[in-house]
Amino acid sequence: MSKTNSPEEKNATRVFDAETLRRALRRMAHEIVERNRDLSVLVLAGVPNRGVELSERIAAELEAIGKVRVPTGVIDVSMHRDDVGQRASLPVVRASKLPLPLEGKTIVVVDDVLFTGRTCRAALDAIRDFGRPACIQLAVLIDRGHRELPIRPDFVGKNLPTAQGERVRVRLEKTDNQEDAVWLMKG
Amino acid sequence: MSTRWERKDLLGLRELSPEEIMLVLETADAFKEVGTREVKKVPALQGKTLVNLFIEPSTRTRTSFELAAKRLSADIVNITASASSLTKGETLKDTARVLEANHADIIVLRHSSPGAPQFLAGRVGASVINAGDGAHEHPTQGLLDSYTIRQKKGSVAGLHVAIIGDILFSRVARSNIFALLKLGAQVTLVGPSTLVPRVFEELGVAVSHDLESVLPTADVVNLLRIQHERQRKEYFPGLGEYIRLFGLTKERARFLKPDCLIMHPGPINRGVEIDSDLADGAQSVILEQVTNGLAVRMAVLYLCGGIANR
Repeated sequence: MSKTNSPEEKNATRVFDAETLRRALRRMAHEIVERNRDLSVLVLAGVPNRGVELSERIAAELEAIGKVRVPTGVIDVSMHRDDVGQRASLPVVRASKLPLPLEGKTIVVVDDVLFTGRTCRAALDAIRDFGRPACIQLAVLIDRGHRELPIRPDFVGKNLPTAQGERVRVRLEKTDNQEDAVWLMKG
Repeated sequence: MSTRWERKDLLGLRELSPEEIMLVLETADAFKEVGTREVKKVPALQGKTLVNLFIEPSTRTRTSFELAAKRLSADIVNITASASSLTKGETLKDTARVLEANHADIIVLRHSSPGAPQFLAGRVGASVINAGDGAHEHPTQGLLDSYTIRQKKGSVAGLHVAIIGDILFSRVARSNIFALLKLGAQVTLVGPSTLVPRVFEELGVAVSHDLESVLPTADVVNLLRIQHERQRKEYFPGLGEYIRLFGLTKERARFLKPDCLIMHPGPINRGVEIDSDLADGAQSVILEQVTNGLAVRMAVLYLCGGIANR
């Protein structure tokens, strides 16, 4: 993988750099506080891989705003996907880890890109295996449209109109060991 | 982990790369976590049909595969030798093709003939998982033993593992040897020269006929069951002599490092391979092997059964 900040492919447009990405996360944290008056029942659940780092970064922003440490967890969706058996190879399955019990909690599912909505659907099913939270919300860094299911995000870093064949590439400091950036890649 | 799983079958560990073995172990980590959930069942193999085709008797392995399949939401059918048309003269290949005509997606095969799973895998579209073929391989046992060692010791690399007992007739020993060497362990086989011939050294392991000289440096001792059903007189002098020379007795256990793991694939012959108290003692991880076996088999079924069939 290239260490440089710009993708090899031509026709790539930068959507976020490190500074704008940080500001987007901070704004999302403010919106989460606005929507959820009681931060003590909040749990952030990151979807691997990049949702996990994003959930930790949002938790850090929430701590700066509300002076409370919101617990974070991991919700892996591989076992709940609806395309198992249709893929030539499978995504690596990771262990889910949520602060239990979930009863009475508000779970904010955090992912990098919202596209068809199928990952989020799988996350909802996976969370159900751990308990029955009072409420589930969805936070995504990029909403690129093209939903295939009736799912909408509650908190969005950026609405990014895309063509079906385009790709959104997210790079994060810890996960990818390079500077934060989001790119839109043509076909 | 950039390795991807692209095999429809799991026939043995000899042909797997170290990366593929690690992928199974890491996938098993995720499935072990499923056992801690309020709902211990995931829909990963929903709609798939798994057939446990056990031509040789087994309770532990068959039960483990059955529970693994159920936790993955697959539908499951158990066929044992006595209940199958094999007793009516049907060939293994025809049995498997009939199963496939019934839309079986995964066939878990236990058979007394080495190579039976390979034979099937090349002839049916379904995934074939080897659950033990004669004295050849028992890959899921090798994987769950490596998983248990990795869980307890952090890593397999650099450890000294002693495999003790009936190596010659043991598919568990072979699968363990392949996995442990690929993961960087040092392996010593211990037992009477009739059951542990020097020819095993060609695999890259050490061979010893003196248990007490091996125990002090071992990080893990894996005691294999004396397989009475496979024994013939010329290989095995007598139980009394075996216990005296190769049984893990309380007196011998004093030679072990305090943190040495004691493993056994089961079923245990208490008082033969291992003293009864040691089998239940603090160093024993025998029951954890069983728990881990479930997670490892879920991982194997998910990986082999989850990829698109061509």
